[in-house]
Amino acid sequence: MAFEPKIVAFLCNWCAYAGADLAGTSRTQYPPNTRTIRIMCTGRMSPVFILKAFAEGADGVLVAGCHHGDCHYVSGNYGAEKRVNLVSELLPELGIEKDRLMLKWISASEGELFGKTISEFTDTIKKLGPSPLRKK
Amino acid sequence: MAKEKPKSDVSAGKSAVKKAKADGEPKAESKVTDEQPRVGVFVCHCGTNIAGVVDVKDVAKYAGEKIRDVVYSTDSKYMCSEPGQKEIIEAIKEHDLNRIVVAACSPRMHEPTFRRAAQTAGINPYFVDMANIREHCSWVHIQEKEKATEKSKDLVRMSVARARLLEPQEKMKVAVKKSSLVIGAGIAGIQAALDLADMGYQVYLVEKQPTIGGKMAQLDKTFPTMDCAACILTPKMVDTSRHENIELITYAEIKDIKGFVGSFTVTVNKKPRYVLEDLCTGCMDCAEACPVEVPNEFDQGLGSRKAIYVPFPQAVPLIYTLDEDTCIGCGVCKNVCTIEAIDFNQKPEELTLEVGTIIVASGYNVFDPTRKPEYGYGKYENVVTGLEFERLINASGPTGGKLLRPSDGKEPRSIAFIQCVGSRDENTNLYCSRVCCMYAIKNARLYKEKHPECDIYIFYIDIRAFGKGYEEFYKITQEEYGVKFVKGRPSVVYEDEKTGGLILNVEDTMLGRKLEVGVDMLVLSVGMEPGSDTDSLGKMAGVSRGADGFLLEAHPKLRPVDTLVEGIYLAGTVQGPKDIPDTVAQASAAAGRASILMAKGEVEVDPIIAYSVPELCIGCRICERICPFGAITMVDRKAVMNEAKCKGCGLCAGGCPTGAARLRHFKDDQIFAQIHAALAED
Repeated sequence: MAFEPKIVAFLCNWCAYAGADLAGTSRTQYPPNTRTIRIMCTGRMSPVFILKAFAEGADGVLVAGCHHGDCHYVSGNYGAEKRVNLVSELLPELGIEKDRLMLKWISASEGELFGKTISEFTDTIKKLGPSPLRKK
Repeated sequence: MAKEKPKSDVSAGKSAVKKAKADGEPKAESKVTDEQPRVGVFVCHCGTNIAGVVDVKDVAKYAGEKIRDVVYSTDSKYMCSEPGQKEIIEAIKEHDLNRIVVAACSPRMHEPTFRRAAQTAGINPYFVDMANIREHCSWVHIQEKEKATEKSKDLVRMSVARARLLEPQEKMKVAVKKSSLVIGAGIAGIQAALDLADMGYQVYLVEKQPTIGGKMAQLDKTFPTMDCAACILTPKMVDTSRHENIELITYAEIKDIKGFVGSFTVTVNKKPRYVLEDLCTGCMDCAEACPVEVPNEFDQGLGSRKAIYVPFPQAVPLIYTLDEDTCIGCGVCKNVCTIEAIDFNQKPEELTLEVGTIIVASGYNVFDPTRKPEYGYGKYENVVTGLEFERLINASGPTGGKLLRPSDGKEPRSIAFIQCVGSRDENTNLYCSRVCCMYAIKNARLYKEKHPECDIYIFYIDIRAFGKGYEEFYKITQEEYGVKFVKGRPSVVYEDEKTGGLILNVEDTMLGRKLEVGVDMLVLSVGMEPGSDTDSLGKMAGVSRGADGFLLEAHPKLRPVDTLVEGIYLAGTVQGPKDIPDTVAQASAAAGRASILMAKGEVEVDPIIAYSVPELCIGCRICERICPFGAITMVDRKAVMNEAKCKGCGLCAGGCPTGAARLRHFKDDQIFAQIHAALAED
């Protein structure tokens, strides 16, 4: 059977989650590989969430929030960026390719971009193959 | 304590007992968090929106049989409908459910609906979680039915995992100040301010320009009734300035918006007019004496004004403004002002307003046609915009209402209008600006009334005459006035250097014929674009912009004047292009919506805010530093969150190294459970 990656997506309520909703109402088609967790702001992201997802066997993790300057809570996305970058540095130590973690800014009006992001990210993960930490 | 029922009794699917017997008293919200979770899963068909792709019965069956703590699951046609909600309420009572998972649309759509249903049945509204299997699943995986069903099962499993750990929350109530800020005093802001003031609320109406009135004040007549814009607008402007409940703050800009629904603190920067507002009588002596003549923005630069000026004679307030950019500092105005109203030492003033609600009505910008260089605007003198044309035919305009060509001051004997300049165009804006068809038709008719011999062409893609009386107006202009409508978008415009006329190359797509049309004057029907302040105001207010750059309403159909920021509303073209009737209707709607909160005097807000566990707090102050709202202070070297200031973003929880800072309803264990469930069955 072909490899179907499992991707955990953390989406902020105001931009990326709303963008994903718009992708839905616009019927933008993308691969069914993401499992979404809604948080109020990407600033809520603790580095542990990403590590936990990989530890549980996620093949990819997406963190998506508002563009710089558009954060509903002023500066949450900047915090998210720092933390995601930090985890990204740690991943190779754990034997996980950096490309399995993606940070993306998607506004509430960018449904198409959301679909495109998921399509491209799923492709990337498919090329990388299953995560080395994936449970058999 | 809930009764223990064997799971098999109430297993999955439609066969589960749906009919309730008891309609007894709703239980008190006494469920405590340490009791055994009894989760009910409700899978919605949404007609065929979900059920057409996802096997909803299979999802419900899976939830009932395979997911821990699910004691009841079912599917239903429309979960959000009255019968659907009733089904949930009855199931809660029947099966002693203490957690509810609704697999349906986006929680941004119906979470409040299902929370209310839970509350009606006697359980805490925050014991509800939604699995978004419509926007995030059935609608985006239309061709992959099996995989969409698998994904739905995963999403439901994640939702149940989270629901098990949800804690009860009590809604918080905050007081709403009975005052409102209206930003922008065009027709939208004026209407909203008057409505709110008439209801008895204190209104602060802030306008950037020296006068209120906005773009409408610049127009000549208005379609389809041919009322003159000034005749219907200026009385409203005067009413606004005289209303006891309206404080007019002109020549001022919003600098900052802080706070939240019910109590916003707004900082306004009032620019110096160098004229004392209380003293100036608008006598005009200063302007007559002023030696500096500059183009008047109100006339789109076609007429002139002095460095000390009012934009137009009916300006409200009728107070002169000294334009510091063009003043040469000669002091003549000060010498002639007998009441000594001129004060060169005036400084910008900062005002602080405390309001309960805000209406953003900051308007639009006219499309800049130099971005369509093929039409020659800015290069050929006799190419003007629709708004410039309004000023040229306006009795109070620079030519006294006589349309004269800019190049030679002669009356044109032929005029062409090009439609959709900056609208419905992949290179500029995709949207329709909604007013250009009608204003071009109206302007064509106005000129034809005076000059029946003049040839007028309107080059269009489609004529959109959708409003009340608009189609009739269009027909009459075409049939009785003889305005020629040509379906085709001109590709390029040249100037005839000898005459100053314009030559248009266009394909008449109805006849499939290439035409070359020569006219004396060309009018570009420019569309609407987001106003220059839209971005900064949106950011200050926390309201997002749509792909078109206009501010985004909370829901395009059901909440068209609300924003996602509670207490902030939109009126007029700041939300998207619209004509005067729609703008006025929306402004009254925004005033009505704002008044709901102020009439009640209090509003329930989400209790999703942060707190800190003192035993775990090590006093590192990271949270204090990253909180964007200054809601965290250190008391005895422990972080303490201020409930009123906290907006519930969870930055503190994300940054806390010990897990002391927590965000209610989005706690670590709840998110961990979702992560686990996303990747593994129990």
